[in-house]
Amino acid sequence: MHLAYPAVLSALLFCTGLYGVLARRNAILVLMSVELMLNAVNLNLVAFDVWLSKTAQDTLHSGQALTLFTIAIAAAEIGIGLAIVLAVYRNRGTSDIDKLRDTAETDDGPESAAPAQAEKAEATA
Amino acid sequence: MSLAVATATLTGRAAATAAQATTTAADTRGFLSPTGVEIAFLLVGLVTLGAAVVTVTTRQLVHAALWLVVALGGLAVEYLLLTAEFIAWVQVLIYVGSVVVLLLFGLMLTKAPIGRSPDADSGNRWAALTVAVAAAAALVWVVVDAFRTTWIDLDGAAAGSTAVTGASLFQSWVLPFEALSVLLLAALVGAIVLSRKAAADEQPTQPPRKERKEGAR
Amino acid sequence: MTTTTLAVLVPLLPFLGAAAGLLLGRTAPGFVRPLAVLPSVTALALAVLVAVRQGGDQAVDAATELTPTGSVPIELALHIDGFAALVAVLVGVVASCVQIYSTGYLRDDPRYPSYAALVSLFTSAMLLVVYSGDLMLLLVGWEIMGICSYFLVGHYWETPEARAASIKAFLVTKLGDIPFLIGLFALATDAGSFRITKVLGAVASGSLDHPTLIALLLLAGVAGKSAQFPLHTWLPDAMAGPTPVSALIHAATMVAAGVYFIARLLPVFAASAAALVVLAVMAAVTMAGSGLAALAQDDIKRVLAYSTIGQLGYMTGALAVGDRGAAVFHLLAHGAFKALLFLAAGVIIHAAGTNSLAAMSRMKDLRARVPDAYWTMTVALLALAAIPPFSGFFSKEAVLGVAEHAATGHAENVPSSAGWIVLVAGLVTALLTAAYAMRLWLLAFRGHGAEAPDHGRQPLAMNAVLWVLAVPSLAFGLTTGLLPDWFDGHDLTPTLTTSMLGTGIALVGGIVTYGAWRHTTAMAARVPLGAVAAHPEGDAALVEAEAIASHAPAYGDVASAPDPSDPGRLLLGPLHRHAAVGFHLDAVYAALFVRPVQAGATLVRFLDREVVDTYVRGAGELPRLLGAAVRRAQTGNVQTYVSALLAGTVVLAVAALLVATGA
Repeated sequence: MHLAYPAVLSALLFCTGLYGVLARRNAILVLMSVELMLNAVNLNLVAFDVWLSKTAQDTLHSGQALTLFTIAIAAAEIGIGLAIVLAVYRNRGTSDIDKLRDTAETDDGPESAAPAQAEKAEATA
Repeated sequence: MSLAVATATLTGRAAATAAQATTTAADTRGFLSPTGVEIAFLLVGLVTLGAAVVTVTTRQLVHAALWLVVALGGLAVEYLLLTAEFIAWVQVLIYVGSVVVLLLFGLMLTKAPIGRSPDADSGNRWAALTVAVAAAAALVWVVVDAFRTTWIDLDGAAAGSTAVTGASLFQSWVLPFEALSVLLLAALVGAIVLSRKAAADEQPTQPPRKERKEGAR
Repeated sequence: MTTTTLAVLVPLLPFLGAAAGLLLGRTAPGFVRPLAVLPSVTALALAVLVAVRQGGDQAVDAATELTPTGSVPIELALHIDGFAALVAVLVGVVASCVQIYSTGYLRDDPRYPSYAALVSLFTSAMLLVVYSGDLMLLLVGWEIMGICSYFLVGHYWETPEARAASIKAFLVTKLGDIPFLIGLFALATDAGSFRITKVLGAVASGSLDHPTLIALLLLAGVAGKSAQFPLHTWLPDAMAGPTPVSALIHAATMVAAGVYFIARLLPVFAASAAALVVLAVMAAVTMAGSGLAALAQDDIKRVLAYSTIGQLGYMTGALAVGDRGAAVFHLLAHGAFKALLFLAAGVIIHAAGTNSLAAMSRMKDLRARVPDAYWTMTVALLALAAIPPFSGFFSKEAVLGVAEHAATGHAENVPSSAGWIVLVAGLVTALLTAAYAMRLWLLAFRGHGAEAPDHGRQPLAMNAVLWVLAVPSLAFGLTTGLLPDWFDGHDLTPTLTTSMLGTGIALVGGIVTYGAWRHTTAMAARVPLGAVAAHPEGDAALVEAEAIASHAPAYGDVASAPDPSDPGRLLLGPLHRHAAVGFHLDAVYAALFVRPVQAGATLVRFLDREVVDTYVRGAGELPRLLGAAVRRAQTGNVQTYVSALLAGTVVLAVAALLVATGA
């Protein structure tokens, strides 16, 4: 099989996930897009591992090992990420990313930003 | 042929050996005469990519999670086609089996609307599309330019059977593997802490979620 | 104790009293009055002791150098001759009287502690000037008096008149002090020392290179301090201060310092005939002008202020004809009766509830309310008018005598023109002095109309002081024979010609004024006029502050009143209008100096606000606009940030690829 097939597929999947991360409004959909990007990387790792293990007699199988690690880390990430999203949702009543704008510069300065920051501090507490 | 030699300089030692391999069968391995495995990979890849695109564009949030199952499942098939069977099953178990289920729970706990929601995409979508298309163009250009003629020999013993993977994992990778288990423990504790703080003044929905996280692991 | 130690203690005690008063004024109010009175009285006793020990003999000199100070050394030096000893006694007497009087006058004043401390400091500074044997040390006392007068004149700072007067007093005297300082430096450079004895020695040996320049520079400072034309304008306005302060400034300290300074350094001035003529002209203009102005004033204290300027004119006149004995004699006599006049005026203002002579002339029996002030003031006014046998007669005749002496060419080094100027001006002023003294007495004590208000007797402290001061006003003339021993030895007894001339002219002035008063007093009943203080039961200081503050609203001007029954109006005729405002000198100053300075300030303000600030504001505006543009980018939307970040990454990656492949 040509290496170009899995490599191009993985590049396209990665960019699809990238689009999702940048364009989706719901935080959980953003997490899904992150999963897509991780999987695109995994496909790349596996494809190159298979190619190297045959062509260069590589017995370390670093690609596959890293793939497994990535999967584990992705699982941890999704757990923590969802916990954060749920905490935010519970405090704010929304999980829309573009409504979480506490760091925005406002024209009337830090006075009006103060209550929002207090709210945020409450959220993280 | 001359192209293969030219690209060989780009890809280093491994590519140089691959170039030696390609000299023996260069005539028979054009893109216009694909093998059966390649056709299967291509078809499954199209399905996977299509499912991924639907996942990031659909307006129905729950459907997005379901299309993600299709995309991840398609990837598992691709792993199988690349003879990495252990990875493929792990993919099915963890991603399709638990991550997507967890995401669905998350959607429901945040009261995501069932059906079409008109505001699923933020106002940032055109910028996002531009960036994504530019990144895709750059990546595809580089990858194709580099690996146009590189050939993966899928014959012979499977490169990713359980025995091979297990041997390498527990011989060469045992220390990172143990470190990873510590990381998972830390993630577990972190998830519990995050959930419990919120639990102090909310309804006690935490115990099931904790179990889910362990399941995800 | 040696005479030197005693002499050091004389200025030191009031200074310590002032420091203690300022420190303890708030925490221990019970100590304030003893701390104010005792150091002054003790200093007086020590000054008398020093005078007795010195006895007009060889001058006491002592000096110590604290530290080397460059080419011309500055020393802590004493130089006590007969002049210094007697002037110090006068300062002690007046300061003690003022302190005692103030305990009654400012009985209920909340700022009495700081007031008393400043009076003590003022006294201390004057005593330092009197005893100092070093010009720099003298300058220290000189300047301390300047700042103390600023604070004391502005004691009623609630009233705008007092604020303006204190600033004016400070600025005008400083205006003279700048040439004075330069003159001191020039003198010390020429003489090689700041010590008075060495300076006088240098003058005697003729080693002074620029006597005229130095004398004229010093004269400017003296004119400012001693209120001589053309720098006298601050003194009438300084009447906005409390009456005891006026007495202190006018009788013994501030204004006496200038005359005393010339007396000390008279050889320096005598070295230049031009300086003497200038001094004589200055004295003549001051004397005659102030006499005319005094005749037109309505505020009783302003009459006395102009009279002070005139009497100082006599003193500078005596100095202009080269006789400091006569000058200091008149200084001593004038110090006593002028202090008495002011303190008595304070009592009258308190009793009448007004400082306006026009209002007093419409009160019957004011003299019965304040018998002590009535009798002592009569004595003092007779002394002022130089009627024998009161003290003023002897001292003034001494001045006229030496002027006649110089005019007829009998004095060495003195141009006879100076003698003539002083003599003629002195005689004219004698007429005017008698006239305004008579007018003051008639208007204040011979009023017709409503009964004067009765507030009971004045405080004992105030009345007792009046009688104490009345003694020298009456009897100081007896010392005429003794004083030459203390001074330069010139005879000070009145000569027959000038006595007859002076007394005759004074009598004429008094009689003419009486006649004018008889003529005009009938009109007083027809034109009701007058305003009295709102709080007649308050202490004297409160009554006076209210009287000063209400004078301009009630009569249209701080200096004069539209009173047709005023004999001064009849006597002066068309001159009255100009004399009342001090011959428009303030207006001239305003046009010449104040308005150009204000216009310059407006211009500078405009340049600063509109031109310089434009650059500053522009420098601030540009970063602000840039900042506003950058702030736009901070939307708080994480996805926008990540989009920008990844777009940048793609661009960089493509660029790196293009470079790597050599495209």
